[in-house]
Amino acid sequence: MSEIFDYKSAPELIRVENLHKDFGSLKVLSGITETIHKGEVVSLIGASGSGKSTFLRCLNRLEEPTSGHIWFNGVDIADKSVDIDLHRQKMGMVFQHFNIFPHMSVIENITLAPIMLKKKSKDEAVAQAEALLQRVGLFDKRDNKPSRLSGGQKQRLAIVRALAMEPEVMLFDEPTSALDPEMVGEVLEVIKSLASDGMTCVIVTHEMGFAREVCNRVFFMDEGVIREQGAPHQLFDHPQHPRTRDFLSKVL
Amino acid sequence: MLQNTLMLAQKYSMNFINGLGVTLYLAFISVALGCVIGAFVAIIRLSKNKVLGTIAAVYTEIVRDTPLLLQLYFFYFLLPDMLPALRLTDFTSIAVALVFNSGAYMAEVFRSGIQSIDRGQTEAARSLGLSSSQTMMRIILPQALRNVLPAMCNEFVTVTKETSLASTFFIGDLMTQHSIIKGKTYLVIEPLIIIGIIYFVITFTMSKLIAILERKLSTDE
Repeated sequence: MSEIFDYKSAPELIRVENLHKDFGSLKVLSGITETIHKGEVVSLIGASGSGKSTFLRCLNRLEEPTSGHIWFNGVDIADKSVDIDLHRQKMGMVFQHFNIFPHMSVIENITLAPIMLKKKSKDEAVAQAEALLQRVGLFDKRDNKPSRLSGGQKQRLAIVRALAMEPEVMLFDEPTSALDPEMVGEVLEVIKSLASDGMTCVIVTHEMGFAREVCNRVFFMDEGVIREQGAPHQLFDHPQHPRTRDFLSKVL
Repeated sequence: MLQNTLMLAQKYSMNFINGLGVTLYLAFISVALGCVIGAFVAIIRLSKNKVLGTIAAVYTEIVRDTPLLLQLYFFYFLLPDMLPALRLTDFTSIAVALVFNSGAYMAEVFRSGIQSIDRGQTEAARSLGLSSSQTMMRIILPQALRNVLPAMCNEFVTVTKETSLASTFFIGDLMTQHSIIKGKTYLVIEPLIIIGIIYFVITFTMSKLIAILERKLSTDE
């Protein structure tokens, strides 16, 4: 699939321009400029501390950028006067530690935001949530409390919770890092099926095999910049930059 | 003494029952309204607004760092003077003082409850598009409330005992009944024993109920 998708001809969805993020005196992102197109599946790889999670979290402003622009559908959402809550509805996010709401049932986790923010009727939201649960094989858990779910089930729930808002892009922050090894596969399967349905995805991951198989492009991050980027076969098989080669030799 | 005690318990049973009613009523108002105030104050303290946050911090610190009896005196004399139009009864002034006091303690309880909720919960809610107040109301507070429920009940036990200080102002609580009965019968120790037993039974029972509640909450997790 990475071979046939010509991302450059797809309309652009997110354009990042000279993005900087400092934590005090520590520079975590030092000027990122990059465009992500509709339908692209991008993975961010790099050593820990390279800024990949921070970059992802800046995209929906869970981290406030220190400077720079993030154009999302033509609006600069890095602008502090923008109502970010409105744009976040269009950007789903999945976290390393799932962050399921433990005081709500499985189905309530999914229907909460659509009912509150999209003014969906309860019936409509429940029907949609049931279809989503069906899709990720959790339908029989619909009335359970999340504490009864395994890690993999929680993460699948987190994914459909985000999907229920019908986002235009899904941001994944190390979605399988907190999972027991035997559960990684089931979560990656779900992400893969999203990708093949044309959902734009940005994925911070350590799963190099997955990045190679599913993504259109891979960004290698290093010291707060995108050191090298390209199609997976190109980046993994013919890395240009010595830092990329160095990193890949350690993880592959 | 035993005979006298039994005699008093019988003869003045209505005094003790009324006194217990007033005590529980006072404790209940203090904690119930204190909870509402406490939740607000805690949210303000944790908000980004520096001015309001400082006011909230000053309030909680003043209450926590001065004696309750002093606060009671303060409200008892100050409130009717400040708001003569309301024609506050002694009971109301004291009740307000107790609410003021318990609000500050509840604020600290809520603050620790809110802070005990993982940051990821806020992030997940905000990433879905919920505003910060929606996140507070639907995600953080319900979980925090559940976490602080035992502490809240403990506060109820504490306040129940502390209302005895309000008897300084003769407002009809259990401890006030002691003064009344003492005045009528010239017996000091006997009414104390009865009142002591009542306080003990009430608070002991509540503590046991709280322990059960705590166990139930932890198994529900």
